Amino acid sequence: MQFSSQRLADVFVAAPVGQIDHTHAQELQQALVPLLAAAAPDHNALVLDFTGVEYISSTGLRVLLMAAKQAKAQNSRIAVAALQPVVKEIFDIARFNHVLEAFVTVRAALEKVSAPALATYDAAAK
Amino acid sequence: MKLLRFWGTRGSLPVALTSSGVRDKLVRALREAAGRTFASDEELNAYVNGLDLPVSGTYGGHTSCVEIETGGSEYVICDLGTGVRPFGQKVMARHGPTSPQTYHIFMSHVHWDHIMGFPFFTPAYIPGNRIFIYGGHAILEEAFRRQQSPPSFPVDFSALRANIEFVHLEAGQSYDIAGLRVDLMLQRHAGESYGYRFTSGGRTVIYTTDSEHTLDDLEETGTYVEFFRNADIVIFDAMYSLADAISIKADWGHSSNIVGVELCQMAGARQLCLFHHEPIHGDDAIARILTETRRYEEITSTGTPLLVTASYDGMEIEL
Repeated sequence: MQFSSQRLADVFVAAPVGQIDHTHAQELQQALVPLLAAAAPDHNALVLDFTGVEYISSTGLRVLLMAAKQAKAQNSRIAVAALQPVVKEIFDIARFNHVLEAFVTVRAALEKVSAPALATYDAAAK
Repeated sequence: MKLLRFWGTRGSLPVALTSSGVRDKLVRALREAAGRTFASDEELNAYVNGLDLPVSGTYGGHTSCVEIETGGSEYVICDLGTGVRPFGQKVMARHGPTSPQTYHIFMSHVHWDHIMGFPFFTPAYIPGNRIFIYGGHAILEEAFRRQQSPPSFPVDFSALRANIEFVHLEAGQSYDIAGLRVDLMLQRHAGESYGYRFTSGGRTVIYTTDSEHTLDDLEETGTYVEFFRNADIVIFDAMYSLADAISIKADWGHSSNIVGVELCQMAGARQLCLFHHEPIHGDDAIARILTETRRYEEITSTGTPLLVTASYDGMEIEL
């Protein structure tokens, strides 16, 4: 699994790529730890861009749940965006739509969580 | 082993189909008939048999009780939920009150829904019957005696006239009982529970209910995978959605359909049978979970397809 992240104004956008299965879930967990820590002081939001995620297993979903719990505890918002159709199906079957906010695109997520971050995203897209 | 017969498949609490629920099924069946006429009972039955289970029947409401037909003359049962009452009626009708039988009963644990059928198990009241109740809990016998003592029940345990013997089994050891090789495994559940692996004649059945599988500990997961290895069928506690099982209902001691698929795939099992249905779920909800579970298996399958079924009271599976 590959992982990259960037800061758009007051929002951290993280982009895992590949399969988040039993062997890679811990990598995602470790990658999210510093991001959540960085988001904590100012209660920044975290958007997980799932454009490149092909599959997620129960252990991967557990990592997302733990991240959501941590975000809630530190009063940060967390959302996932751009789920591939198969991954969206898995989210639905697991009932994770009740656990995490999910948006069709990263832009739609930013639109909901932060106007400055959306402006930065749109400016970069031009 | 020849056959599995499910007498009770519901988790936690027995439930019953309501009058409005029956009416809803009738309306749906008539609507689907769309004005068709049936020239014979055969045609009518063929039509009903073609309807989906939530329309033509029900998953049922008895709590955990599964019969394993071994091909021998002695009966083998897993758990003593309310499903054991109709099982007892069947064997009484078959043998009558004067033909002593032997029953081998394997207990996952002694929570109420898994023992509550025993006071209504008629063969337990009949002299000459032999009943062996196996389990890993030291408190096994006490739980049954307490259940049948004042003020909880009017008939004391001592009124049971069958020869009842409680047999302690150790996890990690193998036993030969009623022609079966029996292995048991300690499971994660409040007060602990035990899963069983039954092997005979080249067939393997796993009975694993009231077990919380988190899969976040690779070593623990590997132990379960080995226990399930190459099983013909895994009867699996899939009471909750994954989201519930790992969030608001974490540590409640139950698992999900998704984890069931993943464990069975890792173990190379041939069939996953969803069991211990959430009592809140109606027939449509269980059917939807079955469809979704099959889809999840399809999405994630990498080898031989895993057959996914959902148990219902009265269901039989040939081995």
